[in-house]
Amino acid sequence: MSTPIDMIESLVSKEYKWGFVTDIEQDIVPRGLNEDVIRLISAKKEEPEWLLEWRLKAYRHWLTMKEPTWHNVHYPPIDYQNISYYAAPKEKLQSLDEVDPELLRTFEKLGIPLGEQKQLAGVAVDAVFDSVSVATTFKEKLAELGIIFCAFSEAAQRHPELVRKYLGSVVPYTDNFFATLNSAVFTDGSFCYIPKGVRCPMELSTYFRINAESTGQFERTLIIAEPGSYVSYLEGCTAPMRDENQLHAAVVELIAHDDARIKYSTIQNWYPGDKNGKGGIYNFVTKRGKCLGRNSHISWTQVETGSAITWKYPGCMLVGDNSVGEFYSVALTNNRQQADTGTKMIHIGKNTRSTIVSKGISAGYGQNTYRGMVKILKGAAGARNYTQCDSLLIGDKCGAHTFPYIEVKNSTARMEHEASTSKIGDDQIFYCNQRGISKEDAVNLIVNGFCKEVFRELPMEFAVEAQKLLGVSLEGSVG
Amino acid sequence: MLEIKNLYVRAGGHEILKGVNLRVNAGEVHSIMGPNGSGKSTLAQVLAGRETYEVTGGEVIYDGKNLLEMAPEERAREGVFMAFQYPVEIPGVGSAQFLKAALNAIRKARGLEELDAMEFLTLVKQRIKVLGMDEKLLHRSVNEGFSGGEKKRGEIFQMALLEPRLCIMDETDSGLDIDALKIVAKGVNGLRSPERAIIVVTHYQRLLDYIVPDYVHVLVDGRIVRSGGKELALELEEKGYARFEGGAGAAAPARR
Repeated sequence: MSTPIDMIESLVSKEYKWGFVTDIEQDIVPRGLNEDVIRLISAKKEEPEWLLEWRLKAYRHWLTMKEPTWHNVHYPPIDYQNISYYAAPKEKLQSLDEVDPELLRTFEKLGIPLGEQKQLAGVAVDAVFDSVSVATTFKEKLAELGIIFCAFSEAAQRHPELVRKYLGSVVPYTDNFFATLNSAVFTDGSFCYIPKGVRCPMELSTYFRINAESTGQFERTLIIAEPGSYVSYLEGCTAPMRDENQLHAAVVELIAHDDARIKYSTIQNWYPGDKNGKGGIYNFVTKRGKCLGRNSHISWTQVETGSAITWKYPGCMLVGDNSVGEFYSVALTNNRQQADTGTKMIHIGKNTRSTIVSKGISAGYGQNTYRGMVKILKGAAGARNYTQCDSLLIGDKCGAHTFPYIEVKNSTARMEHEASTSKIGDDQIFYCNQRGISKEDAVNLIVNGFCKEVFRELPMEFAVEAQKLLGVSLEGSVG
Repeated sequence: MLEIKNLYVRAGGHEILKGVNLRVNAGEVHSIMGPNGSGKSTLAQVLAGRETYEVTGGEVIYDGKNLLEMAPEERAREGVFMAFQYPVEIPGVGSAQFLKAALNAIRKARGLEELDAMEFLTLVKQRIKVLGMDEKLLHRSVNEGFSGGEKKRGEIFQMALLEPRLCIMDETDSGLDIDALKIVAKGVNGLRSPERAIIVVTHYQRLLDYIVPDYVHVLVDGRIVRSGGKELALELEEKGYARFEGGAGAAAPARR
């Protein structure tokens, strides 16, 4: 006799509703990776010579590197020569009026209207479609305050001194295999610069949309907060449903000066593959924030529900005295998804503080691994860390794994680590049922209760979207 | 309101209920008593809709509808409530939030408007006082860290809040001291009404001093072997279940 869990698991999961493909003429560079491809990308973006040199240095270094294998995720070898490293809509875009209406429709369908009349008030959006940024809203309005918010490729042309100063200062091109690859072939992402003492008046966000097939997406984002400034930034992403796996290897660098604060939120919803694990995005990302100044503050908040394989550790280097790093994460793995994710908090200055709250939800055959590193260097007197790592298992075929690394070289450090593993059992679902609550609602209640500490950290507009996304991603998984 | 006809139920490879017949009308309080292993809890759980039990024969009609074909949440929305013997904990889910979701699901099914947060809290604060329970329990996660007595009283509180038509109490008295028992009984008695039926499943007669039943049924080895009025409970107390059980070696319930 089947239990409520069996019955629910056999329900068909809701289709990934962002899985459509946009039919638009695109300029796609033939597959393969070599110096010519890199020169081509750099030329298409009309980059300064020094940037091309930087890319080539990275590429040559990449050729000497070996792909790491210490992760707790499994995938067939990636053929780097079988990927196209550049795809962009054919028309060159100057203003929103010139943007192909099909593109505008795509973003509207994704809930990101770009047309003047319909733009989301209070949120500036940079829309990135495959390898290019297609539009950035509110750019001029922000410029009035001295805030630069534009595509990375634009920043390389218009603000080269800033890009040159900070690019690679948090994630050097030698950092790791995928960051090095990104440094060679990165295409587009966002550039944000907040001048001294300015509090950015709106949410800044980038929406990444993969469309072309057999391509990889390698975005590069750089955010600089001058002393006393504040910015809240959000990134969202989706991709079409395909049978092939596509690689997304991004690099995000954040720099916060004295008394500055950067809040970086992510709602990641790349196509996760079908329920048998076919297709789906490989999300191998390097994100790091440098709390350079005294009293600086960087917080990472992420809700990861998509991608077939997630491999990322948004981290903070707490260089400035009294600086604060935070990491709040909800990572969901359902069906055949795998995640090896967590954070790195490196305490360097004095009286630094870090907070880690990681919530992993595993359902179906999902495998969720939390890997966290807290490193307290010798000079980091008075460092404090609080880590809470919770796993929730739905059904009995999924897995949750935890690998905490704690390295303390200063005796005045204070560390707290809590971990819990729980399960949504038949009993709990039945109890809710007997009170008139449906199975889906019961799971939502329990999962939301589990995640509420993280959702609280999201900008209000996106907290609701995140909750809905979690509900949709879990549909048909209950058990 | 409820008619159980020749019900056969299997679980874990054994036949537990072997032809149960029972009829309960609105306004009545029935007690089902029996020795350990007789199938009392099984009966309660099957009525609530627990799918680990397999119905192999017979039928259950509730309000003219086939109860066994309804999902547990449907039964709840039609007014069936079971006070669990072992209420489960749901960490992370606030009690208030849970109760509001439940109440609104049931109100919606009855064509009533859902309550908003303010209205709900007002209602809940009123009702919780009646049961002598601390308001602070509402701030905790569902049943988390509740003592046995608090859990049982919580079940009765939920019953009072959701205003069901058929109340099934599965050994609510087990693990309760006399004071808690009196509070629970007071709560249940407060719910007596001509439109409501209450089934009290219990092992001991003691609870029935406070929740006086109209009918008492003795369930032994999966069948109701005797039915009577409240005096039957006293008779059981005095003489035990032995004479109803087939075969030797059946222990009498512990005397108090």
